Amino acid sequence: MAVASEPGKKTVLVTGAAGSLARRVIGRLHGPCRVIAVDFRQKVETDAGIPSYRVEYHKRGFEDVFLAHPIDAVIHIGRFFPHEKTRDLRYNANVLGTKHLLDLARKYGVGQVLIHSTYFVYGASPYNPALLDEDAPLKASEVTQDLVDAVEVESLANIYLWKYPQLNITILRPCNVLGPGVRNSMSLLLSRRLAPVLVGFAPLMQFLHVEDMAAAIECAFQGNRPGIYNVAPEDYVPYPQAVEECGCRKLPIPSIPPLLPRAISRTLNWNAFFPPYLVNYFKYPVILDGRLFRATFGWKPKRTLNDIFSYYRKQKLALASP
Amino acid sequence: MPGFAKPHFAEKLYGRLVTPELERWVASIPKPVGSYGYDPWGYNEDRFKLALGVAKWLYDRYFRVTAHGLEHVPKTGRVLVVANHSGQLPMDGVLLGVALATNPHGPRLARAMIERFFPTVPWIGNYLNALGGVIGDPVNCSKMLELEEAIIVFPEGVRGSGKLYKHRYQLQRFGTGFMHLAMNHQAPIVPVGIVGCEETMPAIANLRSLARWLGLPYLPVAPPVPLPARVVLNFGAPRSFAPAASEAEVNGRVEEVKAQIRALIDAGLKQRKSVF
Repeated sequence: MAVASEPGKKTVLVTGAAGSLARRVIGRLHGPCRVIAVDFRQKVETDAGIPSYRVEYHKRGFEDVFLAHPIDAVIHIGRFFPHEKTRDLRYNANVLGTKHLLDLARKYGVGQVLIHSTYFVYGASPYNPALLDEDAPLKASEVTQDLVDAVEVESLANIYLWKYPQLNITILRPCNVLGPGVRNSMSLLLSRRLAPVLVGFAPLMQFLHVEDMAAAIECAFQGNRPGIYNVAPEDYVPYPQAVEECGCRKLPIPSIPPLLPRAISRTLNWNAFFPPYLVNYFKYPVILDGRLFRATFGWKPKRTLNDIFSYYRKQKLALASP
Repeated sequence: MPGFAKPHFAEKLYGRLVTPELERWVASIPKPVGSYGYDPWGYNEDRFKLALGVAKWLYDRYFRVTAHGLEHVPKTGRVLVVANHSGQLPMDGVLLGVALATNPHGPRLARAMIERFFPTVPWIGNYLNALGGVIGDPVNCSKMLELEEAIIVFPEGVRGSGKLYKHRYQLQRFGTGFMHLAMNHQAPIVPVGIVGCEETMPAIANLRSLARWLGLPYLPVAPPVPLPARVVLNFGAPRSFAPAASEAEVNGRVEEVKAQIRALIDAGLKQRKSVF
C-alpha cells in the first residue's frame, strides 16, 4: 500500500544504508526529507521514522519499495566492493541492480537520481596525466576484468543520463573515501598494522573524509545539477607516506616483474585490502581534478589529510593500549 | 668528543649543496603545494632543493653556464620556454631548469616533459616527478598552464637530442603542439638558444636496431659521461600568439619561433670563446 508523503518534503530512497557513508547521508537528509533506507546485506536499524528494507537490487522485490512509497529521488550508494563476493555476483548486484533501479525510477516517475561511483573507473595507468577531467577515458576495464562492473555501471548511468533527462542523473566519482566505519579496500588496508608497499613506487593519492563525502552528496542532491563530477580535494600525498601517517608499518613488496606483486597478493589472500587487480593503483597515480564539482556545488572538504589519517593512528593506539 | 660529534657526512654534504641562498630561491618560487608538500604531478619541494643543489654545482662548476636575457622570463604566470634540444641526455633541460630556478629577476619552477616510459621504472619515475618532471601529455601541459606554471618544451623531441655530432646546431623539424598550447591558453613563448650541450656528448653513430630492441628512442655511440663543455643560454623576448585561422598559419608561426631560436643559437656561438 502506498504511503502518502508529507507535503513539501521529498521522499528519498538511499541504497547501501548499512554502510558508513550512506548512514551519514541518511543522517543529513532525515528531517528536511523523508528517507527510505535499503540495503542488500541486511535490514538496517534506523532512527524512528525511517523505513528500512533489505532488498536485492536486481530482483523483483525491489519494486515493492517503489510501490509502497512515492519516491521523489534516489541516492544510489550501495554496491558490492570489488573484494566482496564473486565477479558474477558482483556483476548481477552492481550492474543489473543499477539497471533495475534506473528502470524503476523511470517507471515510478522519480525526478532525481544520484549515483555514487568510484575513481577506480579511470584505471591506474603509467600514461595517465594528472588532474583527470570527467571526460577522461575510463580505462579500468583495460587494467582488470574485476573492475568491469564499475565501468559498466557508469556506462549505464550515462545512457540513462542522456536518454531520460527527466531522471536528472548525477554521477559522482570520489577519490579514496576514508574514516570511521568505512569498509572499502583502502580503509581496510590503512586499518592494518602492516601495509604492503610496492618497492620503488610511491603513487600520489587523494583522500576524502567520509563526512566530507556525505556533505558532497548532500550538496549534489540539494543542488540537483545533472552530470558527471569528480569529487576530490586539492591535496595529495604519496601512498607510502599515507601508510606511515596512518601508523602502519610498511611491508615492501617486489614490484618487478609486474606479475609478482599480483601473485603475492593472490597467494596470501589479500583480496580484501590489497587485491591483485588493484595492484596498479598502488603503483601509478590516479589524480582527479575536482574543480568542476567544487565550482558547481560550492562544496569544500572541511577535514585535512592529517585529520583523516589521525583516525587510523588513534585506532591503532587504542588497540595497542592494555 | 661526546656532545661535539662531527656532523654526519650526509648532513655536511646536504649543507654544501643546499645553501641558504638556494633555500631563499626555492622559497621565493611561486609554487603552491598541498599539506604534505606535493603538487598534483608529484613535485616535492624538499627533493627539488637537493636536486637543485647538485644541478647548480654542475651548472656553475662543470658546465660553467652563462645565461643571457633571463629578464625576459615572466616572474609569474603561465609561460612556455621553448628551446633547441641536443646532447643525447637531457642535460639541456636540467641546465635550463637551474637557470630559471635561480633567475635573479624572479625564480621559476620550470616543468620539463619526461619520456612516457619513466613512470614504469621503479624509483626513477617518482624521483623525476618530485623534481618537477611530468610525462609529455597535452592534458598535463594544458592543466599546468591553467595553473600558471612555466613549462620547458623541446619541439624537436628525440629528433634533436638524438642527432649525431655531425648535425650539431642544425635544428630538426619542430612539432606544432607547443604552438597550439600557447594559442589555446594565451601563454607567452620565451625562445631559448642553447649552445654547448651538443659538445657535452658528441655521438658518432646511433645503434638503431639495438635501441629498438631495448625500447629506447636511440642508443648513441658517445662518451659514457657528459663532457665538461661550456654552455651558453640565450633567452629571447617573449611572444604571444592569437588563435590561428588555419593549420598553415600555425606552421608559419612555428617557423617564426624556430628562426628566433636559430638567431639566439648563432648569438651564443659568437659569444662562446672556447668549447671547453
